[in-house]
Amino acid sequence: MKITKEEVLHVAQLARLDLDIEEAERMTDQLGSILTYVAKLDELDTTQVAVATHTNGQNNVFREDEVHASLPRDQALANSAVQNGEAFVVPRIIG
Amino acid sequence: MSIITITLAEALNRLRNQEVTSVALTEAVLDRITAVDPLIQAYLTLDREGALRQAEQADVARKKGAAGPLCGIPLAVKDNFCTRSLPTTCGSKMLENFVAPYDATVVTKLRQAGAVLLGKLTMDEFAMGSTNENSAFTIPHNPWNRDFITGGSSGGSAAAVAADECFAALGSDTGGSIRQPASLCGVVGMKPTYGRVSRYGLVAFASSLDQVGPLTKDVRDCAILMNVISGHDPLDSTSQNRSVPDYTEALQEGLHGVTIGIPQEYFKSGLLDPDVEKVVQEGIAQLKEAGAELVEVSLPHTDYCVAAFYLIAPAEASSNLARFDGVRYGYRDCDATSLLEMYSRSRSGGFGDEVKRRILIGTHALSAGYYDAYYRKASQVRTLIREDFMKAFTRCDLLVSPVSPTPAWKLGEKINDPLALYLSDILTISANLSGIPAMSVPCGFSRDGLPIGLQLQASHFNEPVLFKAAFNLEQRAGVTGKKPVIV
Repeated sequence: MKITKEEVLHVAQLARLDLDIEEAERMTDQLGSILTYVAKLDELDTTQVAVATHTNGQNNVFREDEVHASLPRDQALANSAVQNGEAFVVPRIIG
Repeated sequence: MSIITITLAEALNRLRNQEVTSVALTEAVLDRITAVDPLIQAYLTLDREGALRQAEQADVARKKGAAGPLCGIPLAVKDNFCTRSLPTTCGSKMLENFVAPYDATVVTKLRQAGAVLLGKLTMDEFAMGSTNENSAFTIPHNPWNRDFITGGSSGGSAAAVAADECFAALGSDTGGSIRQPASLCGVVGMKPTYGRVSRYGLVAFASSLDQVGPLTKDVRDCAILMNVISGHDPLDSTSQNRSVPDYTEALQEGLHGVTIGIPQEYFKSGLLDPDVEKVVQEGIAQLKEAGAELVEVSLPHTDYCVAAFYLIAPAEASSNLARFDGVRYGYRDCDATSLLEMYSRSRSGGFGDEVKRRILIGTHALSAGYYDAYYRKASQVRTLIREDFMKAFTRCDLLVSPVSPTPAWKLGEKINDPLALYLSDILTISANLSGIPAMSVPCGFSRDGLPIGLQLQASHFNEPVLFKAAFNLEQRAGVTGKKPVIV
């Protein structure tokens, strides 16, 4: 299945990626050949086949809702590019 | 024989017998890294002072009689395992300055076992690649011929073990990322059963496929490491709560009573490089000599593995990598004036080409109108692939095949053809899609002197039979102890 440059730009926008013109054209070509290849799955009739969710028979895993120590705030903030000692700082959202 | 070329097991013997100290062992490995790593480029971070400090502590612990199972052994891990003391870059500009606030569970286990952590090894960015050329930092060279790729994505781990720059390493395997570089660099590599080893603190790529495993100099070393890293972890709900056998007990001579299946689809004409086919056929003959019974089996959906994998893995990756938004960690474009602009500029500036490509494929496969045709379809085909394997394992204990259809290729040779690279994963990705354990064992060399590995696959949690067959092959293949000449 081919994909158009407009579709690639739309997907890029969904994924929060900016592509320049050269990148968009290259990705359109490459995604086109990959999507053409994966279309071979259509050769298989899977109407009666279950969707794989887990490979080794695992079901939901539950635990008691117990309180444990969490990461101290300074450590949780330490890797942020911009923080003020109390919170992550981001560009203003509400004017 | 120089101390750096011995196996991990032999190094443990010498430490126990007080023939060597951990400090001396660590200094020898650090000297080796100084000598060869400028040529191999396996390490992204080397912690000389930290390693020597840990070695001193290991020597003290051993004197006190408090030596763990890896006490004093210098090891290294792929740079996608979180380490409290060292950067964890994932080979990406996105995480160039990231220092995790906690250790991955497997790193904790190595530390508790007394291992000396030398540093962090290069990899394809976010573990996406088959050549290790997708690293934002250093591209490693194959120790057997430096014009050639190491394979990937755990290329640094494979190269460092092959070049004796550590006694063993950990890698991660989502579609062959431990086994393929192990094969191409001539070391042992294991992808355990999904759920056998905790992934807590492993930076996620595709969560239904990722698994942690060792890369080692021989089969025994691999069993020793698996004894340490396996087991349930409450911090990883996909890890399974079942007992861990002593894998070294499986290293027994003779394969009588073991049936090995040869999947006919893997040996069909045209798929395999002639050298690979020849070496692997010799390996199969050696397994037979050891007493194994051979049967031909069929995996009818082999031709669909790559297509299913390259929808499922990118779909999961696109979701996992959504967390890199420039807010809490990772690269941020600080010139952005709005939140949305900050997200997209940070992601576009932080991620490399292959990561963007997979995010785009995955986002497309999950997007409205395409989900059923792509992701759901691929997940159904995944069921068929898994059923192929379960059916084959009713007739045999193990499957044998090559790891990679070809030996290592030249750096740069396939860099502009992503689909061709994806297709080269055909023999390894089905183990991830099925969740079964698989292993690459050095088996021989191509005419050009490049290593060729043989792959063994078993049903879920049957690692012991893998170890047994691998051990017997190793005894007969005659490649143990062969080393690349680097300097």
